[in-house]
Amino acid sequence: MWSLNEIVKSTDLKLNELFKPGMVFFIEAIIVALLAISLFAILGLVLVLMERKVSSFMQVRLGPNRVGPKGMFQTVADTIKLIVKEGMTPDNADRFLFHLAPFLVMIVAMILLAPLPFANGFQIWDINIGVLFVSAVSSVSVIGILMAGWSSNNKYSLLGAMRSGAQIVSYELSAGFSILAIVILSGSLTFSDIIQSQANGWWLFKGHIPALIAFVIFIIAATAETNRAPFDMAEAESELTAGFHTEYSGMKFALFFLAEYVNVFIVCAIGATLFLGGWMPLHFGDNTTFNHVMDYIPGIVWFFGKTFFLIFIMMWFRWTFPRLRIDQLLNLEWKYLLPISLINLLLVTVVAISGWHF
Amino acid sequence: MFLIKYIKEVFGAVKSLAIGMRRTLSYFVRPKEIITQQYPDERPVIAERFRGEVVLMHDENNEHACTGCTACELACPNGTIKIVTKFDTTPEGKKKKALDTFVYRLEMCTMCNLCVEACPTSAIKMDTAYEHSVFDRNKLTKKLNNEGSKIRSGVE
Amino acid sequence: MYSTTEIVKQSTAEGEMVINIGPQHPATHGVLHFVITLNGETIKKVEPHLGYIHRSIEKMCESLSYRQFVYVTSRMDYLSSHINNHACCLVTEQALQIELPARALVIRVLMDELTRLASHMLWWASMAMDIGALTPFFHAFREREMITDIFEDTCGTRLTMNYMVPGGVLMDLHPDFQKKVHAFINQFKTKLPEYDELVTDNIIFQNRTKGIGYLSRESAISYGCTGPVARASGVSCDVRKHFPYAIYDKLDFKEIIDTGCDSWARYKVRMQEMRQSLHIIEQLIDNIPEGDFQAKTKAVLKPPKGEFYSKVETARGELGVYIVSEGATTPYRIKFRSPGFSNLSALEHMAVGGKIGDFVAVMGSIDLVIPDIDR
Repeated sequence: MWSLNEIVKSTDLKLNELFKPGMVFFIEAIIVALLAISLFAILGLVLVLMERKVSSFMQVRLGPNRVGPKGMFQTVADTIKLIVKEGMTPDNADRFLFHLAPFLVMIVAMILLAPLPFANGFQIWDINIGVLFVSAVSSVSVIGILMAGWSSNNKYSLLGAMRSGAQIVSYELSAGFSILAIVILSGSLTFSDIIQSQANGWWLFKGHIPALIAFVIFIIAATAETNRAPFDMAEAESELTAGFHTEYSGMKFALFFLAEYVNVFIVCAIGATLFLGGWMPLHFGDNTTFNHVMDYIPGIVWFFGKTFFLIFIMMWFRWTFPRLRIDQLLNLEWKYLLPISLINLLLVTVVAISGWHF
Repeated sequence: MFLIKYIKEVFGAVKSLAIGMRRTLSYFVRPKEIITQQYPDERPVIAERFRGEVVLMHDENNEHACTGCTACELACPNGTIKIVTKFDTTPEGKKKKALDTFVYRLEMCTMCNLCVEACPTSAIKMDTAYEHSVFDRNKLTKKLNNEGSKIRSGVE
Repeated sequence: MYSTTEIVKQSTAEGEMVINIGPQHPATHGVLHFVITLNGETIKKVEPHLGYIHRSIEKMCESLSYRQFVYVTSRMDYLSSHINNHACCLVTEQALQIELPARALVIRVLMDELTRLASHMLWWASMAMDIGALTPFFHAFREREMITDIFEDTCGTRLTMNYMVPGGVLMDLHPDFQKKVHAFINQFKTKLPEYDELVTDNIIFQNRTKGIGYLSRESAISYGCTGPVARASGVSCDVRKHFPYAIYDKLDFKEIIDTGCDSWARYKVRMQEMRQSLHIIEQLIDNIPEGDFQAKTKAVLKPPKGEFYSKVETARGELGVYIVSEGATTPYRIKFRSPGFSNLSALEHMAVGGKIGDFVAVMGSIDLVIPDIDR
């Protein structure tokens, strides 16, 4: 049967027959890097187009529809434009940090890809502290944003970066707590174990109301952590023109832009893995025919379907809500989300200990 | 009591957000609501009174009704119109003022319609043409009377 | 010569920083420049710099005849150009004591109220955009487009109309006018609840506007604020009620007054004013009297020697036109009292102490049109 797991295993066997083990690791690393980079490129193109189409349909207009059939190559044309544009560096900028920042943001996004299970057995690194790894590494991206804001020698950038720092540090907490809820329920930090624990139903359904609350908090915190509207304090177009990337142009701007969308993809993929069962098909109790039909859909389709559903929800937020003010944003975290998620964590623990989940 | 107020506040907030999201989703799933007009492909319907540029009306005999009285030139607030006159000799042998060149500078025109109102012989009107972009701004200075045109007989 | 950083160092206290909002900035909707002194995110001082779009309209008007200068005023507050033209025509008519036919008066009021609706819609759209919601912008423009289409049918242009002339209006109404206005009223009545769903009821929007940009009744009066800004501070100042012109004294409409004094109150006042304008249009649209649309006037208007003043209520407040006539064909001196200028002067009072985010919310709520401020 066609499955990614088989392909990975047979490739590994073939390579082991041909080369020495050290060489095999090297070749596999290159293949993985190429796959990751191409995934990023495709994600950037698809997600930007998706955002533009979603926004245009909500705003009763057509959106891009000139380049290619139905405007499908619009983002390709935009990318070419960004590549050939001049990358300007402002006077008195801290040149080293200014050039480093977009790469740092991008590298963090790339590292986060490592523990993500795309399909059964199709995972770069099934690390045993996967969830911890993700929440630890994702906080590093704020350093890139602070770096960009500081080194640009621009007050808008500085304000945007400082806002972003306060915001991401705060929202780490509630994001962490909502992830912990699932860790408590499944009893493991490993992504593959968490997915296996959802074989008979997703945590969103199995975990009763506490899981639902954790899911809602996770979505809000994820939106805030990726700096997207209504929490786009770091950019705040009508206040700080473009926030931390005001001074960036050309390809360095494109890297920030791409990193934003890749981050969106990654937090949505984590959300899909933890709450919606990752690549696990939708199963309903003992309804064997239904479950069997669902099993025929490959895991990678399930994974991307769920992820893109969550991405759509985040875009839906963005194109509906006004922006919060910076103090309201922190109020929301410290006065609402954090107490709720703390109590929720208690509830989840009670549910898990008493075994009330299915 | 504090707790009930707190919970009510949270639910009220979530409800107001959900209502807004329902509205945007309802537009998202109804693409027929889209009002975009794809301009070069779909031509807009232009109202017949649309003021796009000033034209001097000529009939099929290449005759216009402009006497060269310069009323429009005086009425124009920003010097868009310049009437150059000449002296024709009528069959009776009298010299008569007539229009030589009707210079119209589109780049200065604000389409205020005052010249059309001022014209005593209704020789000029506003046309609905709206695609005026050119590569050379000299092309926007137009001569409105056709080559070889003359005043319609009977117009004083 | 000092470098920029040195100047900034000299002029600010410890821990403060100067930031320029504008002349090109997404929130200023035009070329307005604010020099803002910040302490962290808190605003300490706001200094508006004007003059980027000064076209010396008042001086230009002194060399234009009484028929000609009307068109220039469309370019002052371009969102309520009909009402600006109305003010200029009123002052000339007052000077020459021209009696207007009933039809012209009704057409003028109809056009004024449609303009007010279109202007408030654009304000609603741009205020939502300032606060960060981008979708309402397009929804408001959909309805505004219907109004501009109505204008295009009757007046021939969409934004700078020059439709009102001393003595009446330029052209008669288009035959489709009533049909189209009815279609607009029907559509707008179904869409107004959607506006409320998207923005008014939204908890984020309410939190962003409630309690910020406080302008007390006393300060509103002392800064000379007019229009919705003053009415939201509890000042009854609607020129249509207090100094009725055209046929406003015969119409049934309410002056919206709110005592909230904050951005949210200003928002509510404008939303209610849209409903009132709709109410006025509904009263008039089926009762347009037959007759002339223009009074007979002389070809060259020569008002007698003297000073004349007339005022109207634009979408932003009270627009006054003051003319000194020497009995010539052009005014000797003309002065516009524009609502935007006085309302802008109160901005510093409202914004100091707030955050940058509040600043754009306050600026959105006072509905600035920059060419109206600079002229």
